[in-house]
Amino acid sequence: MQTFDLAARGLRDLNAKLHAHNSNQTAWEIDNPKGSHAIAVGLDAPLEVVVNGSTGYYCAGMNKQATVVVKGSAGPGVAENMMSGTVIVEGDASQYAGATGRGGLLVIKGNAASRCGISMKGIDIVVHGNIGHMSAFMAQSGNLVVLGDAGAALGDSLYEARLFVRGEVKSLGADCVEKEMRPEHIEILRDLLERAGADARPEDFRRYGSARTLYNFHVDNVSAY
Amino acid sequence: MCGIVGLFLKNRSLEPRLGAMLTDMLVTMTDRGPDSAGIAIYGADDGRGKITLQSPDPDQDFAALDAELGRVLGCDVDMQVKDSHAVLGLPPERLSEARAKLAELRPGARVMSAGEAIEIYKEVGLPKDVAARFDLPGMSGSHGIGHTRMATESAVTTLGAHPFSTGADQCLVHNGSLSNHNSLRRQLARDGMTFETENDTEVAAAYLSNKLQNGSNLGEALEASLNDLDGFFTFVVGTKYGFGVVRDPIACKPAVMAETDQYVAFGSEYRALVNLPGIDTARVWEPEPATVYFWNH
Repeated sequence: MQTFDLAARGLRDLNAKLHAHNSNQTAWEIDNPKGSHAIAVGLDAPLEVVVNGSTGYYCAGMNKQATVVVKGSAGPGVAENMMSGTVIVEGDASQYAGATGRGGLLVIKGNAASRCGISMKGIDIVVHGNIGHMSAFMAQSGNLVVLGDAGAALGDSLYEARLFVRGEVKSLGADCVEKEMRPEHIEILRDLLERAGADARPEDFRRYGSARTLYNFHVDNVSAY
Repeated sequence: MCGIVGLFLKNRSLEPRLGAMLTDMLVTMTDRGPDSAGIAIYGADDGRGKITLQSPDPDQDFAALDAELGRVLGCDVDMQVKDSHAVLGLPPERLSEARAKLAELRPGARVMSAGEAIEIYKEVGLPKDVAARFDLPGMSGSHGIGHTRMATESAVTTLGAHPFSTGADQCLVHNGSLSNHNSLRRQLARDGMTFETENDTEVAAAYLSNKLQNGSNLGEALEASLNDLDGFFTFVVGTKYGFGVVRDPIACKPAVMAETDQYVAFGSEYRALVNLPGIDTARVWEPEPATVYFWNH
């Protein structure tokens, strides 16, 4: 295992080393992150990276293949545009966690702030706590699972992402509706909860999705433009 | 962008270190806004009133100003000059009279703050340079607020830098931009508030001062701002004994807070908080949108 002291050696050195992946060195520990930005972004190898502390903006952005564990809280845009792999945040995540993600699994063991999963395009996100307002705004595909409560305007202008919430939803955004939980949804949820290490029963969740009324232009609305 | 830091001490033993801690936090936020920097420090209330004055020509403006002001007011005035700023000490009941006299005696100088505890220092430049010019790390106090600016709504000038103070012992810093500041400025001007700049943040400060003058407490004034101010804002405000935080309902301007039994701290980013004592065991959270937080001594 390689240990990297970020305070002593700097971000560019760290990310260059992680990008120049050598198959003998797949396990990394990063000490003293101190809220630094862009830690472990753009990884494209089956690395296992543990960050010992809290991170700033865009940790593990654009991740492919790697597993990144943040042993603290993450700043805005954690795992933004993730392609594959796994990102686990042991504390809370700030705004727009997992935004625009195309694949992989993002697990947040605490709470996530506003706009979690905004414009998600295939990523799976499991939040053990609550999520903030405007989460899953314009979310296109993938699954957002929330064990706690969701803030206002959940799933506004949603496309085909599936939203599963166990707690209260403060309000649903435009064109987001509650949908029936069918057996295939229970199965998807069971698998995600298990992979996210979440102790919860899939039957306790409600599913929300798009009413699909915004997909096509209605001539009745022409006067609004 | 813009970076905000704030520190409200609960424990008097940290007071001698307030300036040093706040400066360290502010310098960490430099890359959020390198245009200008400022800091408001609430020092010990020694029974004297204080006016912090800024001048583009300090040698000229501050020469013998204490004696001159003392003579026209007929009271004892002391003065401490720090670079482009001077802090004038005088009996607190003479503050408004002194401000009027200063405008006559030194028309080129501007009042940064007035009150019994507050001192505001702000200039164009990097936080580390501004802090060094005024020896901010050497200052003690009970609470303080710092700001590093990336200008969007008005020019990069000393007067456009934050904090803004529009009432005795009051100050406000802002990350964001207001869209209804022109109409609100006209409205507040009709109510007798005066403005030094075209800056949106000054309007927010004057709005809160106006509410406080009309009997609201800090919490009520901040609640009202959520209805009347349109735009993006994370505000941190200070009063003689209080420290408050509010974010607009969209809350896209970042904010992180930490609380221990020794202090309440605010940072635009967690990076600003990492060197505070006991941060590893502090309660760290993001203030909720459209929610008022405030603490009082």
